[in-house]
Amino acid sequence: MTDYALELDRVSKRFGAVQANKDVSLNVVKGSIHGIVGENGAGKSTLMSILYGFYQADSGSISVFGKPADIPNSHAAIAAGIGMVHQHFMLVEPFTVLENIILGNEGSALLMQGQAKARKVLLDLSTNYNLKVDPDAIVGDLPVGLQQRVEILKALYKGAKVLILDEPTGVLTPQETDDLFAILKGLKEQGVTILLITHKLKEIMAITDNVSVMRHGEMVANLSTAETNPEELAELMVGRKVVTQLEKPDAAAGDDVLKVEGLSVVDAQQVERVKNVSFKVSAGEIVGIAGVSGNGQTELMEALAGMRSVDAGTICYGKLKISTESHIGPDELRDAGIAHVPEDRHRVGLVTPMSASENSILGYHRDDKWNQHGLLKPGLVEKHCATLMSDFDVRPQDPKLKSANFSGGNQQKLILARELDREPKVLLVGQPTRGVDIGAIEFIHTQLLKMRNRGGAILLISVELDEILALSDRIIVMCDGRITGEVAAADADERTLGLMMSATADLSSDSDLSSNSEQEQAG
Amino acid sequence: MKGLDQALPRWVNIGLLPLLNVVTALLVSALVFLVIDVNPLKAAEILLYGAFGYQEGLGFTLYYTTNFIFTGLAVAIAFHVGLFNIGGEGQAYIGGLGVGLLCLALDTSLPGPALLLLSVLVAGLFGAAWAFIPGWLQAYRGSHIVITTIMFNFIASSLMVYLMVNVLREPGQMTPQSRLLDENSWMPFVHEVLAGIGIEFEASPLNLSIILALLCALGTWLLIWKTKWGYEIRTVGFNRDAAVYAGIKPAYVMVLAMAISGAMAGMVGVNEISGVQHRLILDFHYGYGFAGIAVALMGRNHPIGIILAALLFGVLYQGGAELAFEMSNINRDIVVVMQGLVILFCGALEFLYKPLLAKFFKEKAA
Repeated sequence: MTDYALELDRVSKRFGAVQANKDVSLNVVKGSIHGIVGENGAGKSTLMSILYGFYQADSGSISVFGKPADIPNSHAAIAAGIGMVHQHFMLVEPFTVLENIILGNEGSALLMQGQAKARKVLLDLSTNYNLKVDPDAIVGDLPVGLQQRVEILKALYKGAKVLILDEPTGVLTPQETDDLFAILKGLKEQGVTILLITHKLKEIMAITDNVSVMRHGEMVANLSTAETNPEELAELMVGRKVVTQLEKPDAAAGDDVLKVEGLSVVDAQQVERVKNVSFKVSAGEIVGIAGVSGNGQTELMEALAGMRSVDAGTICYGKLKISTESHIGPDELRDAGIAHVPEDRHRVGLVTPMSASENSILGYHRDDKWNQHGLLKPGLVEKHCATLMSDFDVRPQDPKLKSANFSGGNQQKLILARELDREPKVLLVGQPTRGVDIGAIEFIHTQLLKMRNRGGAILLISVELDEILALSDRIIVMCDGRITGEVAAADADERTLGLMMSATADLSSDSDLSSNSEQEQAG
Repeated sequence: MKGLDQALPRWVNIGLLPLLNVVTALLVSALVFLVIDVNPLKAAEILLYGAFGYQEGLGFTLYYTTNFIFTGLAVAIAFHVGLFNIGGEGQAYIGGLGVGLLCLALDTSLPGPALLLLSVLVAGLFGAAWAFIPGWLQAYRGSHIVITTIMFNFIASSLMVYLMVNVLREPGQMTPQSRLLDENSWMPFVHEVLAGIGIEFEASPLNLSIILALLCALGTWLLIWKTKWGYEIRTVGFNRDAAVYAGIKPAYVMVLAMAISGAMAGMVGVNEISGVQHRLILDFHYGYGFAGIAVALMGRNHPIGIILAALLFGVLYQGGAELAFEMSNINRDIVVVMQGLVILFCGALEFLYKPLLAKFFKEKAA
């Protein structure tokens, strides 16, 4: 009989009207790497939160290493040997690695004793599992890959025998991802059981022994990775065949509609985030900007959208010229046919406490179309929103619903609908499919291509190389605020892009600046 | 928590919950009365009679309510843009100063209606100006609005003392008060207006400013929820980044909202100076600005809620005064304790019953 590290038997959890988990059963073989895939909202996170004691299951049972376990809180989870590495790191950045690791286990009132003991254990762990980190380094100074290592060490230090990793590769370069996988394989050899939650099927195929697929709160398949393939998994996740290869006619590039020359952008902390960047985008083409998150893409996008002032250089949309002397705000840019789908839909793209209807005119709310005698025309706005929703298949189709209550994919479709509604000349779009389910990804990509084919210019910023490769006509790579490469999409592959994405060493002369950017990444 | 929030029907959230909070506050007040040997039922009777039982009492209640509506709206408007305006005291004081200066200068040379209209404008302008400075400092210089508005309360207070003692004091008088304003500039009393149409009503300080207060409430509702400016105010209040993205200038909108907020508080000056005092005195504004915070909190920053909460505070003020007058072992401080309890349960412990109600309604639904 196989030894199981985790056995879940018919676990159910309901939030109000939403059945987040329904009779979920799962067996994880001890010492294996087990993948869990599923679209957003399929119930992966809820299941993991139940395992880690954030939520209580309504029914069903959980056994850890053969013993029935009751997990009312995260202390109980830790005591049972379950450790969690969250997608967003739970680290205190100004603290050292050692201080972070003993957080919650300080031992006695005086830190000295606990620290001395922890230091020894930590060194043992580092050597045993080949996880090298300087215990006295300040966490905020470490690159993201190492911070993740600290999270893993933190879990191991607390005695984790089962390690849950939630979307661990989202913030890593392809090379860092390889390092992480090497570590995970090492942990597995040492007998640690690993539960990997991801939406990247390639990673599942690369590293897991078994894989479970969730859909609509249910576990729809438990498979051995060797006996399945990405197509089958995608189909199981979505419940229907998925078109992964989009039809894309050759670009009919026209005039340059966006010209950036020598652009530099400085952030509020006076760190130069975009350094002397120049490029062009023509009508009828998609230019993709690839790079690890936090390398200046966000600031570049915000400057292009008029949300941030430029420090040097110029941005030209036809005759409109943004420079240090002439700032043009987002309102004027919108009027000129420049639309923007921001990368962070919760923080920027939507006002989440407001209704879908109110959000459907965000940025366009001053238009005469929506105003009469100083009053907004709520009926008309609602009708407009309903049209957008049916055109872009936003569900539920209820303009009065608070926008926070839509799923990520539907929020994104609503934003896209709003921005594409006036057939803009230029679309600036950041991370269009982050946290969006496969079905919606397909839809969003189709819409972007449609805009390109009708002669619109698109600047696409994404950390998903697959997305960049699938959509772009040309690809620009950014690293540490600089453009470190430009290739035609036809000549690009993941490996070369990956190398350009981490090309800091030979391009940046000032190493302290690059460490600055790493700090920012962490934040 | 999100799950709990969705479980409650709307009427429970905006109706039942505040009601339960008020009832709890009153029950705890009853305990306090028991401790000091007062029969709570008797006290309640006196309080309610004092507030509603006779015409003059009712007049006083509504006159207080008028002030609370103004300051409650002021706090709510600032709240919608994400700022905590606790400078209502100062803004009300300076609004009154504006009315006083205007009327001292022109009370005999302009027709009454024009004077009243100008008084309202000037009260608004002065209040707005007093809120504009902290608003500007917050928006463009990052000085915390809570600190600056408190400071401006002190500045207003000192400024008024200086002006009353040294500049505006009636010649030959020892008390720091201005001369009586000409009747031409007075806001008509409600009892006078009613008498004019043949209804007899006991004299009270209640004046037509209460109509102004209700108009302000309506205006606030329209502004915040029905216009693009309100849309921008709420957007900035909810999410400044999204506002920037939408081409809104958050700093500008914040200053604008603060000015409107200050204008509302300034209206207290109309009710007090044009309506009741008919001369500039010290401390006519006392306490209304701060109570406005509780009123806005209780009223969930919505004009209708604010009117109801303002009425409750009006009742507590007037009924409480009556209580202190009627019962020997109750003094004004106990009334303040009652108000404090209402603020505690409606403000600080706003969600005390929420988990309980959520459970109840969940079980009922299942």
